[in-house]
Amino acid sequence: MTTNDLRLRALAATRWRVALTLTAVMVIVYFGFVSLIAFDKPLLALRITPGLTLGILLGVLVILSTWLLTWVYVRWANTHYDAELHRLRK
Amino acid sequence: MLALVQAATTQIGEPNRVAMGFFFLFIATTLGITFWAARRTRTTEHFYAAGRVIGPRQNGFALAGDYMSAASFLGIAGLVSTSGFDGLIYSTGWLVGWPVVLFLIAEPLRNLGKYTFADVVATRLAQTPVRLAAALGTLATVTFYLIAQMVGAGGLIKLMFGIRYEVAIAIVGTAMIAYVLFGGMIATTWVQIVKAVLLLGGAAILTVLVLAQFGMNPAALFAAAAQKFGDGVLAPGKLVSKPLDAISLGLALMFGTAGLPHILMRFYTVPDATAARKSVFWATGLIGAFYLMTFVLGFGAMVLVGPDVIKSVEPGGNMAAPLLAEHLGGTAFLGFIAAVAFATILAVVAGLTLSGAAALSHDLWVSVVRKGHASQQEQLRVARLATVLLGIVAVLLGITFKGQNVAFMVGLAFAIAASANFPALVLSMFWRRCSTAGAVASMLTGTVSTLLLIYLSPTVQIDILKHSAAWFPLKNPALVTIPLSFAVGVLVSLAAPEPQADAGYQYLERRMHLGAVEE
Repeated sequence: MTTNDLRLRALAATRWRVALTLTAVMVIVYFGFVSLIAFDKPLLALRITPGLTLGILLGVLVILSTWLLTWVYVRWANTHYDAELHRLRK
Repeated sequence: MLALVQAATTQIGEPNRVAMGFFFLFIATTLGITFWAARRTRTTEHFYAAGRVIGPRQNGFALAGDYMSAASFLGIAGLVSTSGFDGLIYSTGWLVGWPVVLFLIAEPLRNLGKYTFADVVATRLAQTPVRLAAALGTLATVTFYLIAQMVGAGGLIKLMFGIRYEVAIAIVGTAMIAYVLFGGMIATTWVQIVKAVLLLGGAAILTVLVLAQFGMNPAALFAAAAQKFGDGVLAPGKLVSKPLDAISLGLALMFGTAGLPHILMRFYTVPDATAARKSVFWATGLIGAFYLMTFVLGFGAMVLVGPDVIKSVEPGGNMAAPLLAEHLGGTAFLGFIAAVAFATILAVVAGLTLSGAAALSHDLWVSVVRKGHASQQEQLRVARLATVLLGIVAVLLGITFKGQNVAFMVGLAFAIAASANFPALVLSMFWRRCSTAGAVASMLTGTVSTLLLIYLSPTVQIDILKHSAAWFPLKNPALVTIPLSFAVGVLVSLAAPEPQADAGYQYLERRMHLGAVEE
């Protein structure tokens, strides 16, 4: 195996780790929300301000979390992953 | 029924000049696009992948246009308008699959494949068995999704434009065949982009009109809903009574998105993996914004129109958003929203038909029958023939299932995509020891077990066949079938190792990251 092959393998391992971690966070966020709906309805009915319950707030946060997670990944990939690929292509 | 509709004083279901006007404008525009695209569709690369020149933002809009169905627009707004908070469970579910597509699938798929996801699974495995199994998974997903869309379309158009169900189905079928047959992926992409802009624009205007009544403060809208209909509408209600059902459906939605053939195919239309990555970022942003808006629209319809009126027009609540549009913007705005709903259906069915045609022609005819030796002309001819065939089948299925309860078929399509397509993709890309036998067994297990368990589930046994009990307790089988196909894929790969596939992994890994450029 050449150095390039080893570096590619290391990059593949890093990307896999990043992808799995972020997927796991998404799974935990969404199924955490669903589990609360299933097991603790009174908690989600809690009022934060008039008109806003904890359930609605968390639901909106689940949507915002998809934006945040995709942003984190795209930022990581645009800088670190692409830069390393660029070096490997040379 | 008629008296109730009159009591609701709505123009829905009556010939609406504005709706017809917008509708013909949309058809004329999209046929114009198709004509323009047809002159640019000369190779299979054009027909299946729009020449791979679609930009990331364009593809983001097209992905959103491919994904946001009439069911998610009218259905979720309707669910929120009649039961409040519970609609949010669906909108988050439809969205959380997109980050998974980004993290695990989009870039490797773009680098490894050409036109279909079977290209990826077959990269280092035996072509024929993989293509056959993948085509089965694709066609099963596409067929059930198409039935749900067509039946929904027929009912919706009948309700909104007052034309006959069969005529509505025929119009949808003809327009969709025209787009795909003549304009291929180029036309399909632009129809999806136009639709996404119309749908997001229409929803945004409606959202602003609703919020303007409440001082631009969503909380004031929710408070008004709670005051009128009780605090219960702001908290989880009856929808999730069995936790395992909710988790199973959630799994199907989350991992099914990453296995939907018509969505995966869109990643081949961009120039490279970086563009594929950025396009998912756009799509997630657009679809998330759309679901936030449908939540506001649902509550707006609840407060301003009222659940009783909404249910009197259509018991399922699907007319909440059009009724809200009529209430806030009069008949003209109702016409616009009705035409947008129609455009929404067309963009989705065109994408589905194209991905089904790719499975039939690229995977089955070119790769299995002709073993990869087919001229460009022949490939295009077969692809177009497959398009017409699928279009006709879709129309016939739409008419066959008229009046049937097909809502479960969307869940079924997602469950097959999550259990048949997604595990095979992941195993073949990320696991060195995945073998042909393992991938094929995983895809077949996913398809067959999902179909079987749906048949034995309460959805079919109790709701449709009216039996008193169901053998399988879950409404959506994904909780069982996804782990099952992964397990079968792993065990069969370990039991029947394939040295050749193992040796091919280094090539796959290289290409998955670096792309096909340096060959």
